[in-house]
Amino acid sequence: MTETISFPQDRTCPYHPPTNYRPLRESGPLSHVALYDGRRIWAVTGHTEARALLVDGRLSADRQNPAFPITLERFEAVRRVRTPLIGVDDPEHNTQRRMLIPSFSVKRTIALRPQIQRIVDELLDRMLAQGPPAELVSAFALPVPSMVICLLLGVPYADHEFFEERSHRLLRGRSAEESEEARLELEGYLAGLIATKEKTPGDGLLDELITERLRTGSLRHEELVRLAMVLLVAGHETTANMISLGTFTLLEHPDQLAQLKADDNLIPTAVEELLRFLSIADGMLRVATDDIEIAGRTIRAGDGVMFSTSMINRDEAAYPAPDELDLDRSARHHVAFGFGVHQCLGQNLARAEMEIALRSLFRRIPDLRLAVPAAEIPFKPGHTLQGMIELPLAW
Amino acid sequence: MRITIDTNVCIGAGQCALTAPSVFTQDDDGFSALLPGREDGGGDPLVREAVRACPVQAIKITEE
Repeated sequence: MTETISFPQDRTCPYHPPTNYRPLRESGPLSHVALYDGRRIWAVTGHTEARALLVDGRLSADRQNPAFPITLERFEAVRRVRTPLIGVDDPEHNTQRRMLIPSFSVKRTIALRPQIQRIVDELLDRMLAQGPPAELVSAFALPVPSMVICLLLGVPYADHEFFEERSHRLLRGRSAEESEEARLELEGYLAGLIATKEKTPGDGLLDELITERLRTGSLRHEELVRLAMVLLVAGHETTANMISLGTFTLLEHPDQLAQLKADDNLIPTAVEELLRFLSIADGMLRVATDDIEIAGRTIRAGDGVMFSTSMINRDEAAYPAPDELDLDRSARHHVAFGFGVHQCLGQNLARAEMEIALRSLFRRIPDLRLAVPAAEIPFKPGHTLQGMIELPLAW
Repeated sequence: MRITIDTNVCIGAGQCALTAPSVFTQDDDGFSALLPGREDGGGDPLVREAVRACPVQAIKITEE
């Protein structure tokens, strides 16, 4: 028997899944990976099987379940708290999600587009005034989603350095203590902000939740603080990575980029393909609460299950020539935002941000290029969201 | 063809409105809704894709 592949592993190229995952694809839609502590869990790589399992109520997202798989020692810290939305099952999850659905609807997102465009334009004005060169992550990729989520939630952007740094440590801290400390600092900050808003209301989503949910008793204070934290962190880290890695990937595929620049109508399709191709949140975790028969195998109650989005989104049965970036293809039904009840709440906002950011970036700076050789540009390790650490650009 | 949406199951992901905008929309609360007069899908081949795109299988088609 061959050795079990360890998970997670670092990518070798920032926009391709780790080359060491290749056997997972070859060993069928379901196989196994080994975690840092030696535990073996299921690895789902088949597109059909993933879609069937992600809607299966017998797979739980409850991180406080002792059998919930943990991919890094420091993530043990997440077991200590009940994380709203992402770490709870229905009906608790459904109640929380339903409070937020109106704020993330397609219509609301369309209404936000002019404000997103203004944010993007101002950041590009500044980048053009100060450069070349420019470092895209700090000048553009991170500020765009960070400013947008602040606007939506009603969090003062002036505090961005504070919450961006904590959010970074929460997701990428070197130890459980460091992540836990960052979490507590963020919680403290948001509890203070909510207390201020209770006295002096603003017009963001947090203010709405205070008026409509906190005051009516349908949401507890502690729950609102944690909900705010999930929205703030998920709202900027993910999209920031898509903008930085998306830009890098386009610059590394000049023919595709030329096609995109030539046809403005291509941008929504191109964004879907980038979501599929890059699969920045690779490795969604669940625990089985009952036996599940699938693809001739049995997932037993208590088994850990990992969905490799990068493998699922490159299943040849769903996407021909899956390893090729093809901005013109229909990447429909990719699972980059997940699938099932936990599918990304902010997906339409994320799409709008990516479309506006990438279109404006290449329209305003058509001769954008990497300032240093691609191989010298650092990207994120495998245990976190995938993206560029820095992206030095020139024009 | 008759389309029905289970709004108790709908999570407002907006995938239907994104996939088949000639048939689906979202109401003011963000839940899936059919555009007036489009309850039969209006012959749009994307309806089936929209059904498949729904992350919670809230849309059902019945053939008449």
